[in-house]
Amino acid sequence: MTLKIKNFIIKNAPLLTTITIFILVFIMGGVLYPAMQKPQVFFNLFINTASLLIVSIGMTFVIITRGIDLSVAGMIAMTSAASAALLAKGANIFIVVPLMLVMGITFGFALGCIIHYLKVQPFIVTLMGLFFARGMAYIITLEALPIKDPVYRMLALTKVHIPLFEKTYLYIPSLIGPILLIIAIYLSHWTRFGRTVYAIGNNEQSARLMGLPVGRTIITVYALSGFCSALAGIVWSISLLSGYGGYAPGMELDAIASVVIGGTLLTGGVGGVIGTLFGVLINGTIVSLLQFNGTLSSWWTRIGVGLLTLIFIGIQSIFYMRRKHA
Amino acid sequence: MTTTNDFILTMKDISKTFPGVSALENVDFSLMRGEIHALVGENGAGKSTLIKVLTGVETPDSGTIELDGSMVQVRSPKQSQEIGISTVYQEVNLCTNLSIAENIMLGHEPHHFGGIDWKKLKLLASQALKRLDVNVDVNQPLGNFSVAVQQMVAIARSLEIASAKILILDEPTSSLDANEVSQLFSVMRKLKGEGIGIIFITHFLDQVYQVSDRITVLRNGKLVGTYNTTALPRVELIAKMLGRSITDLDKVSKARFSGEQKGDKKQTLEAKGLGRAGSLEPFDMELFASEVVGIAGLLGSGRTEMANLTFGIDTPDTGNLTLNGKKIEHFSPLDSLKNGIALCPEDRKAEGVVGELTIRENIILALQARYGWFKYMGTAKQYEFADKYIKLLGISTPSQDQLLKNLSGGNQQKVILARWLATDPQVLILDEPTRGIDVGAKAEIQKLVLELAEEGKSCVFISSELEEVLRTSHRIIVMRDRKKAAEYSGDVDDQTIIQTMAGAL
Amino acid sequence: MKNSVPLLKRMRESRLFWPIVAMALILLVDAIFAPGFFKVGILDGHLYGNIVDAFNNSAPLMLVSLGMTLVIATGGVDLSVGAVIAISAAMGAVLINPALGNKLITNDILTKDATNTPLWLIVLATLGAGTLCGLWNGLLVSRAKIQPMVATLILMVAGRGIAQLITNGQIMTIYFTPYFWFGNGFILGLPVSIYIVALVFIIAWVLVRKTSIGLFIESVGINAKATYYSGISEKNIKLFVYIFSGFCAAIAGLILSSYVHSADGNNNGLNYELDAILAVVIGGTLMSGGRFSLLASLVGALIIWTFTITMYTFGVPANALLAGRAVLVLLVILLYSDYARRLLNRIFSLG
Repeated sequence: MTLKIKNFIIKNAPLLTTITIFILVFIMGGVLYPAMQKPQVFFNLFINTASLLIVSIGMTFVIITRGIDLSVAGMIAMTSAASAALLAKGANIFIVVPLMLVMGITFGFALGCIIHYLKVQPFIVTLMGLFFARGMAYIITLEALPIKDPVYRMLALTKVHIPLFEKTYLYIPSLIGPILLIIAIYLSHWTRFGRTVYAIGNNEQSARLMGLPVGRTIITVYALSGFCSALAGIVWSISLLSGYGGYAPGMELDAIASVVIGGTLLTGGVGGVIGTLFGVLINGTIVSLLQFNGTLSSWWTRIGVGLLTLIFIGIQSIFYMRRKHA
Repeated sequence: MTTTNDFILTMKDISKTFPGVSALENVDFSLMRGEIHALVGENGAGKSTLIKVLTGVETPDSGTIELDGSMVQVRSPKQSQEIGISTVYQEVNLCTNLSIAENIMLGHEPHHFGGIDWKKLKLLASQALKRLDVNVDVNQPLGNFSVAVQQMVAIARSLEIASAKILILDEPTSSLDANEVSQLFSVMRKLKGEGIGIIFITHFLDQVYQVSDRITVLRNGKLVGTYNTTALPRVELIAKMLGRSITDLDKVSKARFSGEQKGDKKQTLEAKGLGRAGSLEPFDMELFASEVVGIAGLLGSGRTEMANLTFGIDTPDTGNLTLNGKKIEHFSPLDSLKNGIALCPEDRKAEGVVGELTIRENIILALQARYGWFKYMGTAKQYEFADKYIKLLGISTPSQDQLLKNLSGGNQQKVILARWLATDPQVLILDEPTRGIDVGAKAEIQKLVLELAEEGKSCVFISSELEEVLRTSHRIIVMRDRKKAAEYSGDVDDQTIIQTMAGAL
Repeated sequence: MKNSVPLLKRMRESRLFWPIVAMALILLVDAIFAPGFFKVGILDGHLYGNIVDAFNNSAPLMLVSLGMTLVIATGGVDLSVGAVIAISAAMGAVLINPALGNKLITNDILTKDATNTPLWLIVLATLGAGTLCGLWNGLLVSRAKIQPMVATLILMVAGRGIAQLITNGQIMTIYFTPYFWFGNGFILGLPVSIYIVALVFIIAWVLVRKTSIGLFIESVGINAKATYYSGISEKNIKLFVYIFSGFCAAIAGLILSSYVHSADGNNNGLNYELDAILAVVIGGTLMSGGRFSLLASLVGALIIWTFTITMYTFGVPANALLAGRAVLVLLVILLYSDYARRLLNRIFSLG
């Protein structure tokens, strides 16, 4: 029995480390700032990181295949601007939202094709995708464009009360992330697509020799990331009730950070979306800590997240090198 | 007597050329049902090309393939698997992050409503492994297991999902210990009993004799012959592998040492107990000025490892290296360069050729490295230097500014050689300097090596071609199984060397 | 062995050929559709006009492109150049700020044409800050063996945070007149920034072509393993190029903040990494590394600015160009790639 537990711990060490770090940081926050001990603070994490969670889930799949998607933040901005513009012109929300998702899928699909068929490195393709998407958002509107659609307002303001906990609530858009997470877990572990993603990340050459549909899977993974970015963009524009090309600056790094801190290796093949969830929560907790502190400026979040990412990548590098030489 | 029905595979007249190189020339190969057939030959013999043709990675220029009674055209690895040809490569092509069960069933996972049926998947995987008498926990990630187990998994996969008729094992025993090798052999015998044809590619001749029924020998892209294992003594096998090429290389005269002259010669490099765990057993070697030491040995015997250790690419774990009596403290290419040791590496393409640079730049590269960042040679001096070596080595090119990647293999090799000659080293190590080069150029390089020795250099000449080593060396070191097996003077006969390599001496 | 290739062929194969052709095309369009573009006059004893502006405005980009060229030539990339510009600009502004210290801050003090630190120290600190950023990137890539994209991405995002920290989140306006000289001054009728660019270019050119560093950089980018076997320290070469890139970005930050009289952590150097990569790619350096041409990258930077100003003249807003430039990078990469060459060969051999 104890052997089984020991094996479980070794097998899931990175994930358990991340969860432990999250719990520690959160508890530390509660100790330093008593105001943080309220249960709502925990649920605020989900409210504040609603977009980040969605985007990071898509990013997880991309990174597992050993790729990277730097365009995600640009897509959020473009989606927010496009949907704001369409809604301002009177379009129906039930057309706008699916349209945005299709746009995201198409965009990701295009990037994936360039990466796979034209053999250009993912970072440069998605970096250009980032600039392209932001540029398009600015073309649509130079200033922040307000959204007055009633359904949006309803989604933005309606509080969903959590059973069992007093005086706690979530907003409807905050629920999308966790639901997507469950779907992502299913995709990762119970579909051939998910297993192919992991195989490609470990050794693309082997996957190809084993007869797996490598090209199709890689393109799908970028399309999936595009979908998540568009979905995150919709959530973002609901929270802010507006659309603008300058939104979500630097979120690509936050997403990558969440994925890496969650235990997914940049070299691919290892990790998963559950870890990403905790990576996102850690990110949110750091932001909360800074807010409760009040004296440190918010720019420390950027620096803090950057440093944390670096540390995790550094540790990953060392383990990877060790294993290679062993 | 064998009837045609007994043959599961017949390859006739297979030829394949790559630009500048004839990889296979009218090669025949046949495989019987329920047979273990060894395929042997040195580097460049054509083994891997033959397998690539069979598995669809390359298409042959001419020739036919008949599989189980019908003619086939193998167009891709995927298709070759579908028609029943499975390959297990030396670098096991599986995914180390996934479990054993998954690796066996990947791409063919059983499903039930709700996704992958993991229970059934694990059951099928266990059954596949049981067939090979292998008992491991299929839930563990593949990476946790030794290469031996990973190979078993690869074999199980090819049987389970591809119903293989032919199993190709490409150097399967390179990373196995004695026990694991026996286990692999029992699996091979078991599969042989089930009627599967096994092609066993290896450079370990003992193993060829332990387990194979027939042997096919390739040399320089041509078929030397196919023999029953029991009818071919080991010494004859090696002779056929190395052979005597029927060429019209001129008789290259070589100066010989007599016994007392050796005492006069200045010792340059001395290795005492130099070794590195996992790649080379501690060895001793003495080099003297004005001589060529040849290193003979089969593939995998440790020749390149020895060269890399001496030049500082790898750092030794044991022993020491002295040059002109002074101990060498730091091991790196730059340090060796500064000390006057040069290495012309084995893998020209990956370790030598900087394709997009010009011939001139490639030639002066190491020399410039020794001068450092700030003492720049300047283009005029570069032209002068490069010109000298182009003439000296007879490099055929319209201009110094040709990109190196546009030159033929032989000329590229000469340029890399020039790079190291330009540093005027005291000790020059040449690892397979004539591989993939036409006969004329081979002779030129061999002649050059002797001339360099006459000028006072210590040359080390590593080659798989025995007669080349014999022709150019004053002394010969024979490597076997990652250690130095013996050392002879240059007038030793080839039979002795072959027998040493075979382990008979 | 003589260099007996005809002059015209050598011109066509030179790295500068296509960039100069592109430049000529843009100028041709301007000449036809917006002749006012070329108006150059003399005002207050110096040159004045769109062309002069193009040179002045493109100076920071030209500098950053010089650094980026060497980084890309080793097979890497530096995504942090924009952030480093912001950090350097912030460094300069904060040191000038007469309100530093515990004095009571009044409007007089803030707008006083004075500085807390001598000018030479400000320049030193600004350049030092950027060069240190380059050192940081270089160590991550060469010693810690982290992928260049990831290593510089971290500074790209965290760096803006650092810049904001330095300026305390404010956009700092600079009132110290001598500082404005870098971005606005004139020597012999030409903008100072051109001289700075020329100076840095000459230093860079001497460093890479009159020493063996340029050869080693190209060699590392083409075949790092063979380069190592030849006795070259590819680690130190990589370290050097990232330090140099940081240095160039620092100077760019100096000129930029001097030109606009302010330091803005959020907007200084925004999207510069995009334009720098575009300039280098237009200049013919492959993203995979190898042969490079500093001059071609400069022309590439100039093309980008000329194109931008042309677009302004036609009334196209700045942000719309962002999308266009992104597409352009991919197109140029594809045009120069092996894949495209083979495709073109096939098309032309059919015709």
